[in-house]
Amino acid sequence: MSDTVTLAGPQQRQFNPYSDNGGTILAVAGANFSVIAGDTRQSEGYNIQTRYAPKVFRLTDKAVLAVNGFAADGNMFVKKVKQRLEWYRHAHSKDMPLRSIARLIQSMLYGRRFFPYYVYNILGGIEEDGSGAVYSFDPVGSYERETCRAAGAAQSLVQPFLDNQIYFKNQVAAPGTSHPSHLPLSDVLALVIDSFTSATERHIEVGDGLEIFIVLARGAPIHGLEAIQGIQEMTSNAEGERVFIVRRVLKYD
Amino acid sequence: MDHHPMNWGRPRNDMADPYGTYPIPQRPMNTQTFEDSVQHTQQPIVTGASVLAIKYANGVMLAADNLASYGSLARFKDVKRVIQVGSSTIVGASGDMSDFQYLQRELDELVIDEITHSDGHNLGAKEIHEYLSNLLYARRSKINPLWNSLLVGGCSPEGKRFLAYVDLLGTTYSASTLATGYGAYIAQPLLRKAVEGREDTLTEAEAVKILEDSLKVLYYRDARSLNKYQIAKVTAQGVEISDSKSQDTTWGFAEGIRGYGAQTQ
Repeated sequence: MSDTVTLAGPQQRQFNPYSDNGGTILAVAGANFSVIAGDTRQSEGYNIQTRYAPKVFRLTDKAVLAVNGFAADGNMFVKKVKQRLEWYRHAHSKDMPLRSIARLIQSMLYGRRFFPYYVYNILGGIEEDGSGAVYSFDPVGSYERETCRAAGAAQSLVQPFLDNQIYFKNQVAAPGTSHPSHLPLSDVLALVIDSFTSATERHIEVGDGLEIFIVLARGAPIHGLEAIQGIQEMTSNAEGERVFIVRRVLKYD
Repeated sequence: MDHHPMNWGRPRNDMADPYGTYPIPQRPMNTQTFEDSVQHTQQPIVTGASVLAIKYANGVMLAADNLASYGSLARFKDVKRVIQVGSSTIVGASGDMSDFQYLQRELDELVIDEITHSDGHNLGAKEIHEYLSNLLYARRSKINPLWNSLLVGGCSPEGKRFLAYVDLLGTTYSASTLATGYGAYIAQPLLRKAVEGREDTLTEAEAVKILEDSLKVLYYRDARSLNKYQIAKVTAQGVEISDSKSQDTTWGFAEGIRGYGAQTQ
């Protein structure tokens, strides 16, 4: 390059309004429950900013939202979703159904198509028919309902594990048997905890703490949940779906 | 002549509509006469370096040096980078000092507005932090950031402590030890080792010692730091910001190191 090219015009340095704050989220749907989890580390580059910054939020008694990506956008997005759900509650005297929350989230994300929220969302909860559901989104609002989804820094580590253990990909059922379409809650919780301990081992941006939300369908059996150490109930209305949270420590390094 | 109210106080633009003839021409509400020459902050100019903060038994303690640099030039050596906001909050700033002075004015206005209500409510550190994060996030969303990293510390009259960070991107977080700038690399590990798990037992003297030791390490290693600093604390009793002070440092070892002191081959 000659000097004349560099001198041609002033060099423009553009302010970058985005950052990546690491971490991983994950959700799995069961027949009548849904599990949504995320680690609590917030980082930027090689710095751990804090060991406790929640990425998973209870929206209603039947909906839990996990957000991952740029933390400032994530927090603002959750704030706005909660605000819209409150307005819905005041207008209709009931909580918004899960599939409607999913569509609301797609509209809110696509509304910022040309200055996106740099956030990967996973919405978990209970559908109106009582089935467990997981919806996953990309930053501009493309979404689909799935049985399980991992997103964030360790997506590439966790998703193949989930494909194998939950969708039974690359596994052949024993002759005369078939793979179950939904796993029991205890199996799912074990898979979720293993996913995060493994991701913590192999990814530097994952660790510190784990928050697991469990949403149970209306009238669903408690599945021996009360036996889980440290479990807390967050349900606001005793009649409907029930929300629980389980916290675990992950490695600090 | 153009008498249209939208153009009051604006430089005349004879090219557009010299006589303001009937019908009244279209005037979009957001016409910016100087649009092409409005500048946004693209980089910080006069900057402050690290701010450190920890929680301790009585409240929150925060430290910053008094230097505002102009690039590598130590330009202003008596700058107060820690301020009191309201009755129970301290804010420490690194990054662009002019943006910080603007923030100070915004905060002063906010506090005055709140006092004027005389409704018995008080702005606590949590509210100040929320206000700052909304402001900084809004500005980054306009691609016109306020180029700062801020630490907000507070303690309610009931003794509830608060310590949180917010920066030019609107990123926020909270922890028992926080540091901005090079402090995040150099001081934060020292602070975590000294504080984590001892937040409720650290005495005031211990807290001061931890911060002063960390400041000294920063002064030895960060070229944009100064050995003149202030320590601020918030407790249930209120805010106290110390006068500027300095610490003894030792540079005798430099003499013996090749390439550091004056050497003759």
